[in-house]
Amino acid sequence: MFFRFLAIVVLAIVAGAIALPDGKINLKPINIPFEKSWDIKLGLDLQGGTHLVYQADMKDVPSDAQSDALASARDVIERRVNAFGVSEPLVQISGSNRIIAELPGVKDINEAIKLIGQTPFLEFREESDTLPTAEPDENGEVTLNANDVFIPTQLNGKQLDRAVLEFDQTTGAPIVSLQFDDEGKQLFSDLTSRNLGKRIAIFLDGDIISAPTVQSAIIDGKAIITNIGTVQEAKELVTRLNSGALPVPIKLISQQNVGATLGIDSLHKSVQAGLIGFILVSMFMVIYYRLPGFLAVVALSIYILISVSLFKLFGITLTLAGIAGFILSIGMAVDANVLIFERMREELRKGKGLSQALDDGFTRAWLSVRDSNTSSLITTFILGYFGTSIIRGFAVTLALGILVSMFTAITLSRTLMKLAVRLNFLSNTWLYGVPAKETTNA
Amino acid sequence: MLNIMKHYKFWFGVSALLFVLAVAAILMFGLKLGIDFKGGTITQVTMEQTLESAEVKETLAAANFAEAVVQPTGEKSFLIRTQPQEKEEHDRLLAALETRYGKVTEDSFSSIGPVIGKELAGRAFYQLGLVSLGIILYIAYAFRKVTRPVSSWRFSWAAIIALVHDLFIVIGVFAVLGRFMDVEIDTLFVTALLTILGFSVHDTIVVFDRIRENLRVRAGQSLREIINSSISQTVVRSINTSLTVIFVLTALLLFGGESTRYFVLALLLGMVIGTYSSIFIASPILLAWHNWDVSRRS
Repeated sequence: MFFRFLAIVVLAIVAGAIALPDGKINLKPINIPFEKSWDIKLGLDLQGGTHLVYQADMKDVPSDAQSDALASARDVIERRVNAFGVSEPLVQISGSNRIIAELPGVKDINEAIKLIGQTPFLEFREESDTLPTAEPDENGEVTLNANDVFIPTQLNGKQLDRAVLEFDQTTGAPIVSLQFDDEGKQLFSDLTSRNLGKRIAIFLDGDIISAPTVQSAIIDGKAIITNIGTVQEAKELVTRLNSGALPVPIKLISQQNVGATLGIDSLHKSVQAGLIGFILVSMFMVIYYRLPGFLAVVALSIYILISVSLFKLFGITLTLAGIAGFILSIGMAVDANVLIFERMREELRKGKGLSQALDDGFTRAWLSVRDSNTSSLITTFILGYFGTSIIRGFAVTLALGILVSMFTAITLSRTLMKLAVRLNFLSNTWLYGVPAKETTNA
Repeated sequence: MLNIMKHYKFWFGVSALLFVLAVAAILMFGLKLGIDFKGGTITQVTMEQTLESAEVKETLAAANFAEAVVQPTGEKSFLIRTQPQEKEEHDRLLAALETRYGKVTEDSFSSIGPVIGKELAGRAFYQLGLVSLGIILYIAYAFRKVTRPVSSWRFSWAAIIALVHDLFIVIGVFAVLGRFMDVEIDTLFVTALLTILGFSVHDTIVVFDRIRENLRVRAGQSLREIINSSISQTVVRSINTSLTVIFVLTALLLFGGESTRYFVLALLLGMVIGTYSSIFIASPILLAWHNWDVSRRS
């Protein structure tokens, strides 16, 4: 029993060292070279930042190449964002055609969007075998849409290795020469050999910019874009291409931006609300359940330290909803204790001794604790698995809270109470909420 | 000892009335969907002067944003909601405010396309269904050894009826809030509903658990007596647990951030109704069902 108590004390100290702000673990004084501190990760709604959701247009991409194209689009966006100098950006794929970019601390959302939006979408197309039919207009002219004349191929910005600005030797006009990677080399060679005498179109950001006729198969993986415009425009295009070209067109479908001031304000308010909630719960527990209530509050404090340590250790990102989930779990964490203490009081009133009542209280309340917490865990699991990122944040902290609270409310407070019962001066049943005269009213 | 079972028909009546009112409110007012579900923008701005939201709305209307909804979040700050808009339009909105009121700080801005909204709404229903199913199966499993006189599936159904009751009443209240206070339903609200679902069942299970134990220990007593004493034995715990959660939620409601206010309100409402239904609805259903069975057989 004593060792258990000692283990609890050690656990509380370690958790406290990790959880407290500026807390760290330093083992150097006892000759172990270990010193580390952990930071809590704050979500965009608390530290301020921009959340962007892009949708890739997959209609021209064969289904087996879609996940590949999306992954490479993600890489391109990430490179763009990194170049922008955002600290710890998060660019991830969501579902089958979405890319989410989270940019902490970005003040000017428009600049960020513009930057990602500048990512060029480059593709090579070949002539369609079936020419589209079009009705002549009143002047007898037929207008064909370049998008119908040329059909997509597998060759696009993904296989681009680098782009260089050059000048046409005869006209002196700026041109951009492209070098493909190995995969692109092969694709371009196939493309040019099967289209001898036909045209291949180069599309940039969905618009056709040139459509040269293939004179001979090109096997060295080099292509040239002509018809670009001024030298300045050509230079910009080269820069854009070199920082990565998208294999699929993307469109911004959702954006959220939180200013840093609002974020910090929300954080302070939540922490304050959490503290007030904790104090209210503690007062209630001590007044209503007396000694066990006080011990439950001790267990609850350790619970908070352990939870915060786990947030830090697992690198769980705390959002506003996540903090709400955690604060909620403080209220729920004492539920197991309330169940147990109520049961214990009942057993005491039946005339059982303190120690026996304690054991029976814990044993009999266990089934209720298990079943009710399992149903809550099922809920958090489904929330976390199918929810969006906000909901997931809430579910993760709530689930972690439920799991940790089952440990602190049962193992921890049980040990503390067993110790208390052994101490003579703490064994008056009044301290457990049952006056001595009631203990015989069985 | 409390005698809740004596008046269970009265409580069924109260609940039926609340339920009908809630459904009527939902049908009459509908739910005000937030931009998460229908697409649109929310801009939070802070001006340098104290303003009434009506003034801000007028300014916006004059700049052709007639449909914009303006809600105050402080003396100088407001939430402005509009239909989905392009960047140029958003800039125009800010410019309109700046010309009229001087410096305007944009605290936050969200813009969600209608596609995402539809997806989220679909997913929300899917989740509610899934959570309910998970709970039915779990209760049926946890109470599988109980067969007489109440089968374990009946515990599941009683819990589900109680939680549907809880959810509709909370949704009904938000239909009223949406009609009169422009409160919108967003993804956080759905999260709150799902959490209420968890709470409601959590509470109900504790009572059921006691019924399960008493069915074994007090084999000779009638179901009415067993259910009644189970409720009396757990009522203090139910109320105390709810109280602790209500304390923290009230603290969050009063002192927490603006953006989670209605989320917390939904949780708080759900908590109160969930506690009520686990005492006055879920367990009495077991008895009513049993009595109905007996009278049908005889």
